[in-house]
Amino acid sequence: MRLSKILMAVGLSTAMMIGSAQADSVKIGNVVELTGGGATVGINWKNAVEMAFGEINAAGGILSRKVELTNYDTQTNAQNSRAMVQKALDNGSYVILGPIYSSSTKVNMILTRRAEIPQIVGSEAPFITTAGNPYIFRTSFGAAQSMPKLAAYLKDGVKASSVGVVWVNDDFGKGGRDTVISELKKRGVKIAVDISTEVGQADFASDVIKLKNSGADAIFAYLHEEESARLLKEIKKHGLKQPVVGETTLMNQKVIDLAGDAANGAKGHVGLSADAPVPAVKEFAKKFEAKYGNKPDHNAIKGYIAAYTVKYVTEKLGKFDSKAFAKALHGMTISPKNEPGILMEVTWDDKGDIDRQSFLVEVVNGKQKITQILPKLGK
Amino acid sequence: MGEFFQLLVSGLATGSIYALAAVGFTLLWQASQTINFAQGEFVMLPAFFVLIGTQVLGLNLILGLLFALVVSLLLLGLVFKRLIIDPMLPHGVLPIVISTIALGILLRDSVKEFYSAEAQPFPAIFSERTLSVFGAVISLQDIAILITSLTTITVLQLFLTRTRTGRCMQATAQNRGVAEILGVNVNRMILYTFLINAGLALMASVLISPIYLAKFSNGESIGLIAFIAAIVGGFNQVRGALAGGLLIGVVDNMSAAYISAEYRTAFPLMLLIIIILVRPQGLFGTAEERSV
Amino acid sequence: MRLITIIASLAVLALLVVLPFNLKNYGIYILSLWMVYSIAAMGLNLTLGYAGQVSLAQAAFLGIGAYTTALLMKAGYPFLFGFGLSAGICFCVGLILGYPALRVQHHFLAFVTLGFNALVWLVFRNEEWLTGGTYGLMGFPRPSFFGIDTTNQVAFYFFSLTIFVLLAVILWWIVRSPWGRAFQALRENPIRANSLGVDIRRMTLLAFAIGAAYGGMAGSLFAPLVEFIDPQSFQLNTSLMLLLMVIVGGSGRFLGPVIGALLVVLLPEWLRFTEGMYLIIYASLVMVLLAFCPSGLIGLYERSVAALRARPSGSRGSEKP
Repeated sequence: MRLSKILMAVGLSTAMMIGSAQADSVKIGNVVELTGGGATVGINWKNAVEMAFGEINAAGGILSRKVELTNYDTQTNAQNSRAMVQKALDNGSYVILGPIYSSSTKVNMILTRRAEIPQIVGSEAPFITTAGNPYIFRTSFGAAQSMPKLAAYLKDGVKASSVGVVWVNDDFGKGGRDTVISELKKRGVKIAVDISTEVGQADFASDVIKLKNSGADAIFAYLHEEESARLLKEIKKHGLKQPVVGETTLMNQKVIDLAGDAANGAKGHVGLSADAPVPAVKEFAKKFEAKYGNKPDHNAIKGYIAAYTVKYVTEKLGKFDSKAFAKALHGMTISPKNEPGILMEVTWDDKGDIDRQSFLVEVVNGKQKITQILPKLGK
Repeated sequence: MGEFFQLLVSGLATGSIYALAAVGFTLLWQASQTINFAQGEFVMLPAFFVLIGTQVLGLNLILGLLFALVVSLLLLGLVFKRLIIDPMLPHGVLPIVISTIALGILLRDSVKEFYSAEAQPFPAIFSERTLSVFGAVISLQDIAILITSLTTITVLQLFLTRTRTGRCMQATAQNRGVAEILGVNVNRMILYTFLINAGLALMASVLISPIYLAKFSNGESIGLIAFIAAIVGGFNQVRGALAGGLLIGVVDNMSAAYISAEYRTAFPLMLLIIIILVRPQGLFGTAEERSV
Repeated sequence: MRLITIIASLAVLALLVVLPFNLKNYGIYILSLWMVYSIAAMGLNLTLGYAGQVSLAQAAFLGIGAYTTALLMKAGYPFLFGFGLSAGICFCVGLILGYPALRVQHHFLAFVTLGFNALVWLVFRNEEWLTGGTYGLMGFPRPSFFGIDTTNQVAFYFFSLTIFVLLAVILWWIVRSPWGRAFQALRENPIRANSLGVDIRRMTLLAFAIGAAYGGMAGSLFAPLVEFIDPQSFQLNTSLMLLLMVIVGGSGRFLGPVIGALLVVLLPEWLRFTEGMYLIIYASLVMVLLAFCPSGLIGLYERSVAALRARPSGSRGSEKP
């Protein structure tokens, strides 16, 4: 029957797609959200990774081997991300980059661990690095690193004794919310109100009324960019005077552009930001914007750094050895002096988390203004 | 009290935008039994036509809107009908459902691929100044949106009931065969319906985008809410869709404020299920005689 | 014809047995996923294709099955217990969901089931104490049978294949049984079916319940296959995707959903070279296919076979009744 022929053809074509390699190149699998709800962050990451390896290849590759970068689309879905990581592994990837959504990372990091291939992810949920997986690395702060800084800032900088927490109910928002609440409680700060919001929510009237009635001294907002802007506008509309404090996304230039006046006065902690007062970061942001037409978000910076991390570690090792790569990266410090592509000096700990300088910022007249530089903890 | 009033007004303003999407949806259903699963994308897309007009072609806002109107009528009205719905009509409802789902994916990913995956700021047509009324803070934008939507839908209702063309369109919707015998150009009437839907989508898009921002993935949530609004209000009546839209906007806000924020989207859904089971013609609809 | 069908089925089965030994892990995983989706789509095909009841809630049953199995396995119960209970729970919930179908039909029924799916998704996300919320659930081992541990991708493949074939045979039997004919009578003309002595009420509910149970069993396999579940996998989009599999494959045809699932799982693979464009191409293909051949791929195949037969000899007549 013809059906079986079709099936046979399917099988053969699938089999043929696997295999076939160029001997003088090294394969890197970039498994990331290219379609679906995560496409916005995923494409930022992908563009930056492509840009970085483009630069690296133009400069002669890694240990004079060209990087053969393959993008795999997770479709912003966990079971598919697992399939894609499996495929990247089958194809003989030396290192795997991505994904960004924590729920996807949670499932596919099992595979890289089994295969003993290092994976550098953009996810920020705490559980990624607490599972004792020796092959997982981040290039940005996880919530477990950034939230304590924020909680301390809320208590000592803002002098808040009670905080209203607004968060987006997905795996990004939930992770941040859980960590910040436990950090605030640890420091004796009361949670006045705890408000869950939806991705794509248009009307924040009910949430702002709750904040108004809660009597909180400060508002902690942990939402995606678009929703952050809507929330800020609604807060301004209702004339709430409490300071709005947040993590990286809240003070993003995009939020400021979208929210206009309403963003003024928003403050918080920023790990990676295209507006950071670091010449290398600004330089990168300029190149990125010229190439792709939009300002890079923090996910783009994460991806860029991830690519250069691969280059630096491999050259340091002097060979392509995935297992040794993972071992070497634990405890390693990379400085922009040795590798300009790393942008800011960064140190990995034994779990794959990073330590790096970060900033406390405030939005003044529609611009991010650095109010304090938080040094690396290890120094 | 002020708080309740606040929630009511905000809900009505958001709801009136849902109503615009819902009305177009019911019009299509009446005229051609098309359940348009891409309706949310139809609301998402025109904002990008405006952006293409103002940013890529360098037009001013008024010309950009006109440009978007022409493109919307052409693509979302004419081409949609001729290329996608007409060939499918003889095959029944289900293939159209699948086909419009596919169309939704196509539009969403085309915007992402060819314009941008980033949310785009969209110029506000109305002032964002605020007033304080009965202890509630209301922005002029909210009021303007509400008035614009209500006026549009009222004018549409008048057009459908008072003009000759409008009555022909209604006759077509009620009974195609009889309308044909009476000499109505059925095909043209259906085309008008599609064009009106495209126009309403543009209007909803322009009203909603300053708040929602223009983004490829916006259609998913708007589309779902438009369905719910249309069915809750009454699938076969323009006024029903209007009432449904407003009601859903208010219910969403009230339930988030007074019941549960985590389950805020559940209440419109439960309302939907209850209405269908208890009063399938919707709160303001008339019983459907069709045996489809 | 009958003999050819049997030979063809055996040939396909033989292919499915040989295939994993020629594929890498990724290919095997994708094929396993295909079988899981096929089971869910076959169930939907019974509800929709055979009995004519539109359901947009199949992903909810997939989810209920997956969470039931995962929670039971985490609590230490054997897989088969979770599998059976998943089928049972989904059967009962399916019965309940079938009640609206007694009152409303077509698009209204579609929207009731759509609402149900969205509600179930909210419960998965919000009831963190039970479902793990947005973080999802993991840490349930893959089952082992007769000392064979299915952590190995090939072993799990054969485990899925066994269940897939078993469930397909059962469905084949249901469709051929008086029940199956009653379902089809329900789809074609409920009033006539009623006058011929078909208990419309019972058959409608059964169509929903059996379809739901297949969804639940698919979910039960889904959990150990992916080794992780989160609410995202069971949202409305998944229901729409399953509906698409059934319609594109050929609704009301036994093999329709299986072919449809194959297309949905493999097409992104074939269109990989187009980078970000594949969804655009995919959506266009679906629209073109449905415009020209609303009976889906199976319909397209039958039509081309009929055309081929009709042309050369001209004597064998067409297959159309």
